[in-house]
Amino acid sequence: MIRIANGQGFWGDWLEAPVRLVDEGPIDFLVLDYLAEVTMSILQKQKEENPALGYARDFPPLIGRLARKLKERNIKVIANAGGVNPSACARAVLQLAPELKVAVVHGDDVFDRIDSFLEKGYELRDMDTDEPIRSIRPRILSANAYIGAFPLAEALDSGADVVIAGRSTDTALTLAPMVHRFGWKADDWDKLAAGTIAGHIIECGAQCTGGNCQVDWENIPDMANIGYPIIEAEPDGTFTVTKHGSAGGRVHSDTVKEQLLYELGDPKRYITPDCIADFTSIQLADSGENRVHVSGIRGGPRPPTLKLSISYTNGWKSIGTLVYSWPQALAKARAADRIVRARLEALGLRFDEIYTEFFGYNACFGAAAPPNPDPPEIQLRIGVRGQDRKAVDRFTRELIPLVLNGPPGATGFGEGRPPVREIVAYWSALLPREEIETTVEVIS
Amino acid sequence: MKKPLSAIAHTRSGDKGDTSNIGVIAFRPEDYPIVLREVTAERVKNFFGDLVKGEVKRFELPNLGAINLLLHEALGGGGTVSLRVDAQGKTCGAALLGMEIEVD
Repeated sequence: MIRIANGQGFWGDWLEAPVRLVDEGPIDFLVLDYLAEVTMSILQKQKEENPALGYARDFPPLIGRLARKLKERNIKVIANAGGVNPSACARAVLQLAPELKVAVVHGDDVFDRIDSFLEKGYELRDMDTDEPIRSIRPRILSANAYIGAFPLAEALDSGADVVIAGRSTDTALTLAPMVHRFGWKADDWDKLAAGTIAGHIIECGAQCTGGNCQVDWENIPDMANIGYPIIEAEPDGTFTVTKHGSAGGRVHSDTVKEQLLYELGDPKRYITPDCIADFTSIQLADSGENRVHVSGIRGGPRPPTLKLSISYTNGWKSIGTLVYSWPQALAKARAADRIVRARLEALGLRFDEIYTEFFGYNACFGAAAPPNPDPPEIQLRIGVRGQDRKAVDRFTRELIPLVLNGPPGATGFGEGRPPVREIVAYWSALLPREEIETTVEVIS
Repeated sequence: MKKPLSAIAHTRSGDKGDTSNIGVIAFRPEDYPIVLREVTAERVKNFFGDLVKGEVKRFELPNLGAINLLLHEALGGGGTVSLRVDAQGKTCGAALLGMEIEVD
């Protein structure tokens, strides 16, 4: 049995979580998931400004803080902290933790290969809209292939203490130690599916140990000290989800079921570079306090393609707010919205979209919101987006004047004009997997 | 007898681009058939009204007493494009808890 813990569900997750996983009980592997779909584009911009950046900057100091304990307890770390510059990330880690052996997985970054793919006849059509990528070619900021568990397992095989990847899948981080330690083969579909589903359960950190859980949430113990998840994996593909005993939170079939359904598509076809996992085969059993046993998982052959994660610029946006007070707070906010739109129209400004929400009334739920006929206050929230930055800039000047020249009772303008942000949009496409070759570089 | 969905099930929601996903899980296995009967794709689309521009698809996971709903074109373009406060559909699952269903 091996213990695989997740100490980071996204870049910005709780800084203490990985430290506590190492300190509060036994683990063999610590996996850290830093990348969301748009994170790569942010990192690409940072790298353009400074060629030594472009990775998750929280990661090297964390490893520096943990290095001695990782060595003492023989804990291996696997992280997709490399972003668009895994080599720089590895150098930063080694500066702070020179006693560690670091392996870097290369090959996911295809930013410089887009044109050669187009020349070969790959149209890289968007998986949602089916549009060919030519239409956005000049605006591409980053392009990476999702890579699976086997390159990461190869890096572990090299004896590395820390494995740094770029755009590996979230689930591969957890599956890799199983492939490495249990010697699973590339066509052990059921086992690979089991490790993939274990990865899905823990990839969002505490979201399977009582965080964001609707069931009995008021009574989930000691959420201030919530424990991050640990998988106790067996060579046959069965596993137990648990946490350290002294930590807060709760592991129960309810908390695990909620996470299993999180960001799920077709449950029979959960597609990764390693296999296609069948979520309808999962059997859960509460097998002890804060222990859920998982078995029965089936999987099918991996797809012949890999998914590309591509980011591109797509105009500008800004979102501004004003607060209207009782009485008739909602009616006043609606009137203010009409006035703003009329003034934008009179200026002849064009936007791709103008969107209004009434915070405290319908912002989260839209038409599904429960009735709230006379709210004491409403926040008017108007957003615009478009390709013309000047139009978006002009919009940011149209809210504050309403305090004096619109309906009565407006406040909440203390932050001044809202910022204008460039929109970085996301494009996904498929590429034959033989186009992607990964390599492992060991640095120490 | 009419009750809100929250009487028999819990939910979690997330996003994939401009698609919101809602997992609906029956608290008790014996209530799963009620979830299947009452929480249809059509009723979910009607419940959310303007918020969902595309189709709603439903998948069944009887092993978990759960269904997975995919609400297409439901997040104002999704992710960084969306102007909505809940651009990731984090609260769509909570919203659905208020849907009235017929309980035996």
